[in-house]
Amino acid sequence: MGIIEKKFEMPVQSPGERIHNFGEVALGYDEETALLEAGRCLNCKNRPCVSGCPVNVDIPGFIQKIRSKDFEGAYEVISRSSSLPAVCGRVCPQETQCECKCTMGIKYEPVSIGRLERFVADLHNNSCAVKADTPVRNGHKIAVVGSGPSGLTCAGDLAKKGYSVTIYEALHKAGGVLVYGIPEFRLPKKIVEREIEGLRELGVDIQTNVIIGRTLLLEELFDMGFEAVYIGSGAGLPRFMNIPGEGLNGVYSANEFLTRSNLMKAYLDYPVTPIMKGGRVAVVGGGNVAMDAARTALRLGAERVYIIYRRSMEELPARREEVEHAKEEGVEFMELCDPVEITGYENREDPGDQRNGFVRGIKCRRMELGKEDESGRKKPVPIPDSEFVTDVTAVVIAIGTSPNPLIKSTTEGLIVNEKGGIVVNAAGKTSLNGVYAGGDVVTGAATVISAMGAGKTAAKAIDEWVGRQ
Amino acid sequence: MYRILTKKSLNYNVTQMEIDAPLVAAKAKPGQFIILRVDQGGERIPLTVAGIDKEKGSVKIVFKVAGSTTQILHYKEVGDSLCDFAGPLGNPTRTDGLKNVCVIGGGVGCAIALPVAKELKEKDARVTGIAGFKNEAQVLLEEEFRECCDDFYLMTDDGSRGAYGNVTLPLKELLEKDERFDEIIAIGPVVMMKFVTLVAKPFGIPVTVSMNPIMIDGTGMCGGCRLTLNKDGRREIRFACVDGPDFDGYEVDFEEALNRSRMYKAFESHAYEETCHLFSKIKD
Repeated sequence: MGIIEKKFEMPVQSPGERIHNFGEVALGYDEETALLEAGRCLNCKNRPCVSGCPVNVDIPGFIQKIRSKDFEGAYEVISRSSSLPAVCGRVCPQETQCECKCTMGIKYEPVSIGRLERFVADLHNNSCAVKADTPVRNGHKIAVVGSGPSGLTCAGDLAKKGYSVTIYEALHKAGGVLVYGIPEFRLPKKIVEREIEGLRELGVDIQTNVIIGRTLLLEELFDMGFEAVYIGSGAGLPRFMNIPGEGLNGVYSANEFLTRSNLMKAYLDYPVTPIMKGGRVAVVGGGNVAMDAARTALRLGAERVYIIYRRSMEELPARREEVEHAKEEGVEFMELCDPVEITGYENREDPGDQRNGFVRGIKCRRMELGKEDESGRKKPVPIPDSEFVTDVTAVVIAIGTSPNPLIKSTTEGLIVNEKGGIVVNAAGKTSLNGVYAGGDVVTGAATVISAMGAGKTAAKAIDEWVGRQ
Repeated sequence: MYRILTKKSLNYNVTQMEIDAPLVAAKAKPGQFIILRVDQGGERIPLTVAGIDKEKGSVKIVFKVAGSTTQILHYKEVGDSLCDFAGPLGNPTRTDGLKNVCVIGGGVGCAIALPVAKELKEKDARVTGIAGFKNEAQVLLEEEFRECCDDFYLMTDDGSRGAYGNVTLPLKELLEKDERFDEIIAIGPVVMMKFVTLVAKPFGIPVTVSMNPIMIDGTGMCGGCRLTLNKDGRREIRFACVDGPDFDGYEVDFEEALNRSRMYKAFESHAYEETCHLFSKIKD
């Protein structure tokens, strides 16, 4: 068989159909396609893909298992390094990680590592109810703060080593950003639940409704007999633009908009938690969260959805696949636009007008790209007298978050940087003994996989630290 | 699960419940709040702590039956459990070092003002209490208030109990008589807090207001509870859940807060009606 230059396509729900439901967009490879795609792997000697993966999954190893039709074996290879394969196969930005290093990618399209990972994980989850072997307990207790990807990974790795791990989650449901942030159509919550169930099978105890820094203080965890603590409490306060009109009704942070829809199920026909449905929605920002918000708005019945981004399409930080899906679904991209004001409805003649105090439009100025800034990207510069107003009924601001402030404000001696992120060394250790941290609470908003990588690194460091005590 | 230990009607549509929540009770202080869900699939609602029993490990909540969730909660009985009860959230009301304080409560806000007044009394402050209600039927916790206040003024909008008028009347009178409070603490409807601030302003007395905006997570994640402060001419965004719920009344943009509190009014009244129908069907 000659070289197949392109990736095998993954079947998807058609755009016209999927904008009316919250079902998953991408439907996954079948066995035949997975075997064909696995056949594209050159199994090259230097294995560059592995170094592109933040948790160093043995990628050629699992692909070879697929080729020999040992799918469960493939799953075992992945789960040696990753505790959330079904999640990562769906949400990792493979094009900037493993796949961008793929040797095939030098001349052709890289092997679709993400789709293969997803295939293996889904097959395992659908066919296998096998209980994980509960590891022999080593008698040491570790507390993990937050049940997002970072905390789950750290907890999973430590539990596999025999530690008794308790996860404290502030919300009523475990999963962190996987349940409140990433929408159902991109990551079905059933998959997250299944992964969390797997951790429970490993003996991990998950306590919901406990806010570390409020319900229990960090230092109290040590009094309770925990020997080390991992803080993975995630991104915190959403950023706003500090322009007039952000207090109007109909202006959401992406966190709020997505939490209402995902965690509180406001997308259902008869929700208990409200959300603005329909209308014309502007989403400000160009990351994955912005794409999620825009595509959620469409599915909630919006007539028009705009993505407003101050740089050009080429600089969009979102995953390519999400951008493509968003375009197919009809999201309109307003590139090189920078909001300067959100305007509100104000009927002075009738103070009882229901629309008063709600969003009416968003005023933007046009930008052009200037010289490269310190991030190496071309800096957007405003074009004078280029302001224009777009009529919208809701605005979702998806320009990032600052790290969660709760723990640092109630823990003495925990050093944070000027942006509020907890300062850690390469092993994930904070300024306090026995306290480790990773994920968004350290870096500010980043990816699921980098948070998992941090959880993994810290688990190793915690194991070494406890061993030395 | 968080069991309901006691349940009591404070007036015809305000209910007090004591919830078994030892971890929350161990930490909670007046001014902080909790977030609860009554049932799986239910809405998260924030309620300010109305009392704490550290020995018993329980927290008191007081709520007015106003929306769908409070209605469902109202139908729960002693021995039933709430599925989620998380807290304490927000910062406690600052009471240290205050010697002469005016505590003002409006409507159901009086239930939250009461523990603040009690704490001040325990710290030997002189407490002047002003409680305002629409009418006699809405009056609640009158005796408890009298007990912990050195002076107490009860006001109703229609004069059906106590004196006629709103809470700003006795406040203004006291201030004009040169009563120099260290601080005024106002807890109640946004409009009331706005007018308390306006009345106090010419006298230069600090006003603390307790903001209770729409919230989801309550831990500084969603940003739904944001409000705007005017700080020396600059407008700054703050989050009630982690920066508050208490704020300097002179800085709060009350108009914006009032507008934001109305965002889901139509949805809420519809949901309330739906729940009413549901309960009337169950009763039938």
